[in-house]
Amino acid sequence: MQALTQDQRSPSRAIAFINARLIDSSSRLDQTGGVLIADGLIADLGPHIAAGAIGDAEIVDCGRRVLAPGLVDMMVFTGEPGHEHRETLATASRAAAAGGVTTIVCMPNTDPVIDDVALVDFILRRARDTALVHVHPMAAMTKGLLGEEMSEIGLLHDAGAVAFANGKASLANAKVMRNVLAYAKDFGALIVHHLEDPTLAQDGVMNEGEVATRLGLRGVPAAAETIILERDIRLVELTGGRYHAGQISCRASLDIIRTAKLMGLPVTCGVSINHLTLNENDIGPYRTFFKVRPPLRSEDDRRAMVEGVASGDIDVIVSAHDPRGAEGKRRPFAEAADGAIGLETLLAVALRLYHNGDVELGRLLQALTANPARLLGTGSGRLGKGAPADLVLIDLETPWVVEPERLRSKSKNTPFDAARLQGRALLTVVAGRLVYNYADNPGP
Amino acid sequence: MSIAAEASDLSFPHRHLLGIEGLSRAEITALLDLSEQAAKLSRQIDKKRDDLRGRTLINLFFEASTRTQSSFELAGKRLGADVMNMSVGTSSVQKGETLIDTAVTLNAMRPDLLVVRHHAAGAVELLSQKVDCSVINAGDGSHEHPTQALLDALTIRRHKARIEGLIVAICGDIQHSRVARSNILLLNTLGARVRVVAPSTLLPSGIGRLGVEVYTSMREGLADADIVMMLRLQRERMTSSLVPSTREYFHFFGLDYEKLARAKPDALVMHPGPMNRGVEIDSNVADDARSVIREQVEMGVAVRMAVLQALARHLPNR
Repeated sequence: MQALTQDQRSPSRAIAFINARLIDSSSRLDQTGGVLIADGLIADLGPHIAAGAIGDAEIVDCGRRVLAPGLVDMMVFTGEPGHEHRETLATASRAAAAGGVTTIVCMPNTDPVIDDVALVDFILRRARDTALVHVHPMAAMTKGLLGEEMSEIGLLHDAGAVAFANGKASLANAKVMRNVLAYAKDFGALIVHHLEDPTLAQDGVMNEGEVATRLGLRGVPAAAETIILERDIRLVELTGGRYHAGQISCRASLDIIRTAKLMGLPVTCGVSINHLTLNENDIGPYRTFFKVRPPLRSEDDRRAMVEGVASGDIDVIVSAHDPRGAEGKRRPFAEAADGAIGLETLLAVALRLYHNGDVELGRLLQALTANPARLLGTGSGRLGKGAPADLVLIDLETPWVVEPERLRSKSKNTPFDAARLQGRALLTVVAGRLVYNYADNPGP
Repeated sequence: MSIAAEASDLSFPHRHLLGIEGLSRAEITALLDLSEQAAKLSRQIDKKRDDLRGRTLINLFFEASTRTQSSFELAGKRLGADVMNMSVGTSSVQKGETLIDTAVTLNAMRPDLLVVRHHAAGAVELLSQKVDCSVINAGDGSHEHPTQALLDALTIRRHKARIEGLIVAICGDIQHSRVARSNILLLNTLGARVRVVAPSTLLPSGIGRLGVEVYTSMREGLADADIVMMLRLQRERMTSSLVPSTREYFHFFGLDYEKLARAKPDALVMHPGPMNRGVEIDSNVADDARSVIREQVEMGVAVRMAVLQALARHLPNR
């Protein structure tokens, strides 16, 4: 990859990415051509964008590599505000940029909780001043995430909250959940829910079953997830509110989602990259970096998640990026914090599904770009005239090994330590501005 | 003089004893043979040996224990080690941090052997990664309690002269029991037929895949059993709605003469202690001639001497 001049790093200068394999899942585009960007937007694209045909624009020859919309990651836990030692918006955005992620949605379970217009404003301002990529806050659906009183969904929505969530806990009170769904519907606001019955999952620290029994650890049954999911779908039926299951983890949940979609309900779901590529056996001798919520499930469940992405029944893949320091992870398994970082490795790990033939490339990118962008209403996640110039140039082939200390996140709790991956982001462009160039700092 | 003099071919190539999992049949048998020697020694007037002279043994207990801690203490002292007991209250702030910090602190005191009990599964293994000495698991959460399984096996072998082919019924709170897990692993490795008997609420998910036959009725589970191994039922199981009452539990799962009659006439009755008389075991059965509960305690010291001895062989001499 040729080095870009400093000029190309400013958003005003027109840049032509030529000789690329353009993949846009929203328009089912997969052809050789180029993309011309100017003023932060995609000005033109197609086979006619080629050297000698685009005036005075700077030219980037993509060498027939994949040029796609930048990834949209709709589940990112940062530590800002409240736990900046784990991650700030700035560090999370650097990790995102290096992973080809151009938009992140930060979750509301910060300290203080994002349940007030002022907090939404704070996130947007901090992101504007410090972040390399687009940052959208998700707000709390109940005040203080306590599950009792509805937050100011209308005002928060207008202030820029792209969706509403209840952090890493299910809203146990069905009546409040009903009201939230019904009220949010009036604003077209999306409800993103964590699925885990708090009483059934109590004390559980990993998937229930033989592996947990051997390790002497309390399990969380799949029913803790399906009970909440089934309840929620009945409430969606009742209210018509837009509902997104933040992360599903088991085959039974996929069946429930399929049924809900067949019923024509406004229901979608996501899955984390961890649940697509890891299973409970990876925990091995109490490896706390594999402690996540929902817990890693069985291999059959993982297969089901992959099938769900391939079939399109699972709409979105998220990193579920959750930075945790040694103080949270260097503990006995049951007492350790849950969560894994994933922003920077999201794309490369997802490409495993493409390389081993499980998911076709367009479908994979759809779950990482167009689908989340559509749910969130960001207008990005697509290659089209007038769309934001949020792009990623992807090398599909080059193998590399994950070295946690090289990752840009402040916390290094990756379950992909020493993983062998194939493919990565080479260039990341956000609103016409180059925010990451692998050639600046090449590594393994 | 060494207690291992007559078992000098002992092969135990491990630095730590963190669990029964991963031990071979030969290694377990070697430890049991060595334990026999220690049991003989412990019945002599002069019980003192100098195998561990100059060595420091620290008992680090994050969970209260009477018999396991005193058993290790006695075992260490009989072998000539300097023994220190450290009890760390479970109420200490930030348990996980305390664990790592305590490990680093203790390591700086240069112990040779560290015996650890902790309320969290895997905690002893985690600690073993942070220290230079040999670590013995004296119970980690609901995971493993290897010396208990060894002393149970030793007790059985002394009475039945074998383990292979015996029907062993482990009865009670399997879900929360590290004793059950270590015993299942050990008895299976030595070729016993292991049954677990408990109400479904006290059976962990997937237990059948550990190579045991699963029963929810004592009448069926004890049929023709050679060994009846009872487990302690903690009081808090009642408050967390796993069993309705001690009365009901005793009625269906408490070992009384009627249920014991289903086992072989020469069946052994075992219990890792401390017993709840009238909850999981009838008081008279506990004191019956078939009960080897007190002998288990005696064998506990012998097994721990053998384990200390086996691990001490791998300690650096300079």
